Amino acid sequence: MSAPLIEMRGITKSFGAVKANEAVDLSVTPGEILGLLGENGAGKTTLMNVLFGAYAPDAGEILVEGRPVAIHNSADALAAGIGMVHQHFHLAPRLTVLENLLIGIPGKSGRIDRARGLARLTEISRQYGLSLDPNLPVSALSVGEQQRLEIIKALFRGAKLLILDEPTAVLAPSEVDGLFAALRSMAAQGLGIIFISHKLNEVRALTHRCVVLRHGKVAGRVDHPAETTSAEMARLMCGHEIVPPVKEASTPGAAVLTLDGISTAGHAGTPLRDVSLSVRAGEILGIAGVSGNGQRALADVISGMLPPGAGAMTIAGKTVKQFSPRELQALGLGRIPEDRMTTGLVTNLPLADSMVLPRIGTEAFSRKGLLNPAAIRAFAEAQIKAYDIRCPGPMVRAGALSGGNLQKALLARELAFDPKVLIVSQPTRGLDIGAARFIHEKFLAMRARGCGIIVIGEDLEELLMLSDRIAVMYEGRIAGTLPSADATVARLGLMMTGAGQTEEAA
Amino acid sequence: MFRLEARTSTPAWFNLALPLIAIAATLILCSGLIAIAGAGVIEAYGVMLSASLGDSYAITETLVRAAPMIFTGLAVAIAFRAKFWNIGAEGQLLAGAVASCFVGAIPMPGTLAMLLMALAGATAGALVALVPATLRVKFKVDDVVSSLLLNSVIYYALMALIEGPWKDTFSGYPISPPIEDSANFPVLIEGTRLHLGVIVALIAAPLCWFLIARTTLGFRIRVTGENPEAARYGGINVQRVLLSTALLSGALAGLAGVGEVGGVHFQVMSDISPGYGYSGIVVAMLARLNPLGVVPAAIFLAAVMTGAEAMSRATGVPAFLSDVIQGTALLAMLVALLFTAYRIRRVGAQT
Ligand SMILES: Nc1ncnc2c1ncn2[C@@H]1O[C@H](COP(=O)(O)OP(=O)(O)OP(=O)(O)O)[C@@H](O)[C@H]1O
Ligand SMILES: [Mg+2]
Repeated sequence: MSAPLIEMRGITKSFGAVKANEAVDLSVTPGEILGLLGENGAGKTTLMNVLFGAYAPDAGEILVEGRPVAIHNSADALAAGIGMVHQHFHLAPRLTVLENLLIGIPGKSGRIDRARGLARLTEISRQYGLSLDPNLPVSALSVGEQQRLEIIKALFRGAKLLILDEPTAVLAPSEVDGLFAALRSMAAQGLGIIFISHKLNEVRALTHRCVVLRHGKVAGRVDHPAETTSAEMARLMCGHEIVPPVKEASTPGAAVLTLDGISTAGHAGTPLRDVSLSVRAGEILGIAGVSGNGQRALADVISGMLPPGAGAMTIAGKTVKQFSPRELQALGLGRIPEDRMTTGLVTNLPLADSMVLPRIGTEAFSRKGLLNPAAIRAFAEAQIKAYDIRCPGPMVRAGALSGGNLQKALLARELAFDPKVLIVSQPTRGLDIGAARFIHEKFLAMRARGCGIIVIGEDLEELLMLSDRIAVMYEGRIAGTLPSADATVARLGLMMTGAGQTEEAA
Repeated sequence: MFRLEARTSTPAWFNLALPLIAIAATLILCSGLIAIAGAGVIEAYGVMLSASLGDSYAITETLVRAAPMIFTGLAVAIAFRAKFWNIGAEGQLLAGAVASCFVGAIPMPGTLAMLLMALAGATAGALVALVPATLRVKFKVDDVVSSLLLNSVIYYALMALIEGPWKDTFSGYPISPPIEDSANFPVLIEGTRLHLGVIVALIAAPLCWFLIARTTLGFRIRVTGENPEAARYGGINVQRVLLSTALLSGALAGLAGVGEVGGVHFQVMSDISPGYGYSGIVVAMLARLNPLGVVPAAIFLAAVMTGAEAMSRATGVPAFLSDVIQGTALLAMLVALLFTAYRIRRVGAQT
């Protein structure tokens, strides 16, 4: 093997009492794709932030091509040839693709050199098979395209090592293949890549070598990921086996949620067109579909964020009148939003505030307009314990929690009130397999207790495992509904493209 | 070499130390101006201190000045918590002054008059603040601009009033008729100007703190300010919260005007407020939007104002220094706030 492109030695980084990284050694050689694995909160992002200069390590050193370097900020990192694609993109939405690439790059005599930038963009696109229209504004790009732009941006600045923090969490399954092809081509041409993901089959398919973190320390290394099983990797990550939950047979009861001829208009994204469906007590209904086919509008209507233009909805037999979050909650609906950071939580306020937010006006947390701080705190503490939410306490800033723990907090705040119907979007996006497993178990337990659950997702295997029935959305309509016993990934995939219409009406 | 580096956490003592550091920086920066004006820095600040806080009379004068800034500071602090950018406390104060003067001039029993003055002033301020809030909620008009511009509208309306129908026919001065004697706020300490309104201001601060920290409305204000999207998802009517915040904020600013009419001037004239509404922004920022912090911050600015006049008389440094100190304090605080998110690191020799 050739000399390492970068090497991290003995990296330690603490946040107060939390040791996010402890004596971590890691290296990447040119042409190598390194997988970085670990449970939520294991310290993956922190380690990469240290490498990219966002945090100064408490101890340890970084070597680039054998020479120790001091990296204090992203400019230093880029100068050392290290580029990073964060999970939340850093793009200027009103500027075009080309302009975003040129930000901060002075041309001759301080002026921006568009022609040279364009030439370089074309070269990079050709070299790695990453094409983008240079004149489109970023606001017009899909999430996948924005990610491609972030990658191009790093390469544009001369990155020899590319860090990707959970790049596939935001991609539709069909987009993942394109990303992998580009990454393989980069590696083949001598770049080093660090790839973070919770999806073990992806890691096994893509990476050459893996480092597994647990509680901030290196828990193990895998030299031939393709020859290892996902179960083996999971054991390294969590320290114990992860067995998939068993789904007991259940006999669904009466319908707890019905949608009848719901249509929407006048909002961003695909509108709903005449959507009818129902969920019965003790049943899990999966909603599959290529993203952008109306799932967002469906989730928004059911959770009270978007009043429909036409159609009717009932919850537990009662007709919904205002479609406000408050009314729906009162009728017994529990909601877990797709976007934890923007819709779910208030990152700058204490975690406890986010946990009581939807029910702050109820007797549980206030009386006659006065808050009950003791009750709020006690509730948050109880949920932190019950759901094993790893954090310093209920008064910690919500934004300091890792993704999996945030998701547990959102789940806890709804399930604590025993909803009759639960709507969730992408419930395990960004979660490690242990946390995902925990959430699956919770859903199945709710189902056994007679809750009707709608799961909107893109991970077909997850949907097949959880659901009793699966409805497929296509261009704002329900293209068909199948009992999951009859559904296969192949058959669903076909329906998702609009081919192969239905049988049973929902 | 030094660099800014993102902080991962902010130590608790920082929140208290920050305004003190900002104030110290301000005084050091402004000492340059005093020196240029040809006076001794220590002497000048000494005169300021003794004239504003040196004896009990000076303290009461400073408190009388602080009262309107406590109200406007609270108005701004609460509005900014919800990210309702109310730059219009000045206009709301003037509206409150006019309304209370109107009511105070009607003969009636004193206690009733004072209550009605407060009610009228608070209502007038609230209605003025409702304008930018409604424009924002209904038409997405930028509230910074609309609330700021409204200040001029109210000011010229007040001028029209005292140059027109309210003009003193006897002297010809542009001042309103005085309020009834019985409506004058009682003086608390004989021989000073310390009036009832000052006490009300001092009580208002903890009440506002309670509102923000311990009520559901306060919770909704905080959440709406930090993340309106999550607030809406959580069932909070964000528009209603913004409108309620505006009413509350405007009412507080209106009360600042009531205190000036009922306790200090007993009538309305063009310079009834030397910019107390704008000072409220400085006060709120120094207080880091905490209603309890508003009281010391307002007292600091009031001390600077009373002290600057005495210093000017004693040393010949123009009293405008008071305005410079205010402006510098705001800038220093904004810079200081940067250090809650970043810290300076010394960067050693690069390898
Ligand atoms: N800015 C911060 N302030 C305080 N604690 C932090 C901060 N960033 C991370 N942590 C803590 O450090 C630990 C490691 O977090 P990190 O984000 O690196 O985990 P991760 O492995 O990337 O997890 P995930 O898979 O959920 O993204 C966690 O316990 C987290 O709560
Ligand atoms: Mg992470």
